[in-house]
Amino acid sequence: MSKKVISSVVALVMMLSLVLAGCGGSQAPAAKTEGTSTDKAPAASTNAKTDVKVGFIYVGPANDGGWSQAHDEGRKYLEEKLGVKTLYRENVPEGPECEKAITDLIDQGCNVIFTTSYGFMDPTEKVAKQYPNVKFFHCSGNKMAENMSNYFGKINEPRYLSGIVAGMKTKANKIGYVAAYETPEVISGINAFTLGVQSVNPNAKVIVKWTHTWIDAAKEKDAAIAALDEGCDVLAQHNDSPAPQIAAEQRGVWAIGYDIYNPQAAPKAYMTAPVFRWGPYYVEQVKAIMDGTWKASSYLGTMKDGVVDLGPLTSVAPEGAKEKVEAVKSKMLDGSFNVFSGPIKDQSGAVKVEAGKALTDQDVLSMMWFVQGVEGKIESK
Amino acid sequence: MLVSFLTAAIQAGTPLLFATLGETITEKSGNLNLGVEGMMLMGAVFGFQIGLSTSNPVLALVGAVVAASLGALIFAFLTVTLRANQTVTGLVLSIFGSGVAGFIGQKLAGKVLPNVVKNFFKPVKVPLLADVPYVGQILFNQDLLVYLGYIVIILSGIYLYHTRKGLNLRVTGENPAAADAAGINVSLYKYLHILIGGALCGLGGAYLSLVYVPAWQENITAGRGWIAVALVIFATWNPYKVLLGSYFFGGLDIIGFRLQKFNIRLSQYILDMLPYVVTILVLIAISLRRSKDNAPPKGLGEPYFREER
Repeated sequence: MSKKVISSVVALVMMLSLVLAGCGGSQAPAAKTEGTSTDKAPAASTNAKTDVKVGFIYVGPANDGGWSQAHDEGRKYLEEKLGVKTLYRENVPEGPECEKAITDLIDQGCNVIFTTSYGFMDPTEKVAKQYPNVKFFHCSGNKMAENMSNYFGKINEPRYLSGIVAGMKTKANKIGYVAAYETPEVISGINAFTLGVQSVNPNAKVIVKWTHTWIDAAKEKDAAIAALDEGCDVLAQHNDSPAPQIAAEQRGVWAIGYDIYNPQAAPKAYMTAPVFRWGPYYVEQVKAIMDGTWKASSYLGTMKDGVVDLGPLTSVAPEGAKEKVEAVKSKMLDGSFNVFSGPIKDQSGAVKVEAGKALTDQDVLSMMWFVQGVEGKIESK
Repeated sequence: MLVSFLTAAIQAGTPLLFATLGETITEKSGNLNLGVEGMMLMGAVFGFQIGLSTSNPVLALVGAVVAASLGALIFAFLTVTLRANQTVTGLVLSIFGSGVAGFIGQKLAGKVLPNVVKNFFKPVKVPLLADVPYVGQILFNQDLLVYLGYIVIILSGIYLYHTRKGLNLRVTGENPAAADAAGINVSLYKYLHILIGGALCGLGGAYLSLVYVPAWQENITAGRGWIAVALVIFATWNPYKVLLGSYFFGGLDIIGFRLQKFNIRLSQYILDMLPYVVTILVLIAISLRRSKDNAPPKGLGEPYFREER
């Protein structure tokens, strides 16, 4: 009998420590629930200049070396430029738990909320209805409300530029691309990259390896090794871990990162990376809220806005790449260059985009076909 | 082509090998520990942390082994001493371990191991053997932990089937009452082998974070602990088959990436399912054949009460 009691106590302790470990992941202390009515946000006036406190919700750890870290760097930039207070919660699962995380932040006085993963879209919309005085921003989705904006970046522009670097570097004319899921976002990224590769090296092929996961570093490594064994001498990725870069370095070949510029994991292989820089957008939006001029909007940041960019080229990048990249980049900046302007052929060689025409943003957001030069299949078609 | 595939399959199978062997030894003592995933994660995170802060690869491995064994100790205390339900305790250990790993690992993402550690785990050629055509390249041009994998498999095989103590262990798992009557210290045997099992799971996790990737990422095992639990059945509690099964599953894990260029119209999702389909088939085969050699230990999952003898 007493042993049963002891065993349940021990089990309870284990569960509790688990909960504690989970809480440890967030910088914000536990929510104070007493006395906060659900439909009123504290400090909600929009014209008072100082009364802004900004909360961020991340899907991964704030220092994941990729997607969430890019947002966290934006948060720090915001703190530095405007001197506003910020809070964040990391490792928030997509789904209903996100709602709780948002209301937690609001209870702690946040009146501006950024939710930074696609799966946070519906929870954000729901909470936005309950708190009309709080301003919401959701990244990478398409829902909007009077107090909810959505925003994303045209990462395909720097992806094209990184393709130029890869196309100039490869000697085998085979470039491996470790990719997560067959979604339009990933597919259009592969296409933009391939168009960049072929603009400087029409003979080079891009070999796609699907991992069907965002988070499995070992699987990304498996995929990278498979590409390397097929003779690829440059790797690119749309997966969040640095495993493909490490794999490239171990074989003495080269890699292109993603999300943030971080050559640290594989300094001998890393050439550059298409990156997000959310800071300036965050500053602009929060400033508008402080000034009382803010309106909800749907925003797709470009290279011109500085939201997306190609990281600096490292010393292992090919000679002459910098000039090539700068030339195209300057055209992107003045708006005279569209990544998806014709003529573009698909894998079968049929012309999909005629010369003189270009895909619209909407076309790109629903892209489910590969351009010529990509070796790989889209299964979910 | 085939050589590079098999080389990669062995590497992909090595974390499975350690974890599956660990679970096999645990189950041989009659205890079903479903906490493999949790223990692997604890090994992975502590191994990485210690490798990072001490720059000593051996200490890192020791740390991984100790951390995972501590997890196993919780399991042993609950299921052997307190006779708590093994399934529930194992599941709790799994969740607990991933919680601990998440907590410790918060500050580890994006960190890079010192070169001393990275170089220590680089592939090393075995003199002479590595020069054997094909086989040498596949089996004997690997990293140290792969070799350690071969060694622990052989040692476990000898221990289980050719030593007195191994026989005692098997009796403990098959029929603890008989073992007790024969003067075998049942609790001691269970404790010891649950701890050894945990230690091996820790090595499996550490292989991922220290050698294979090598980097820390939250939930780096991504379900490999659960595959290991299935693999024990696939290997029918036999260490030698654990070796084959682990490399086979490792191969299944990566074959999808390599079939693409042959233009075989086989969905990768089907390939992702294959290990589990194969396990189900083995389970069916075992229960149909009812051979003594392939059966699980009879006392598996049952707490042992001396009073009920």
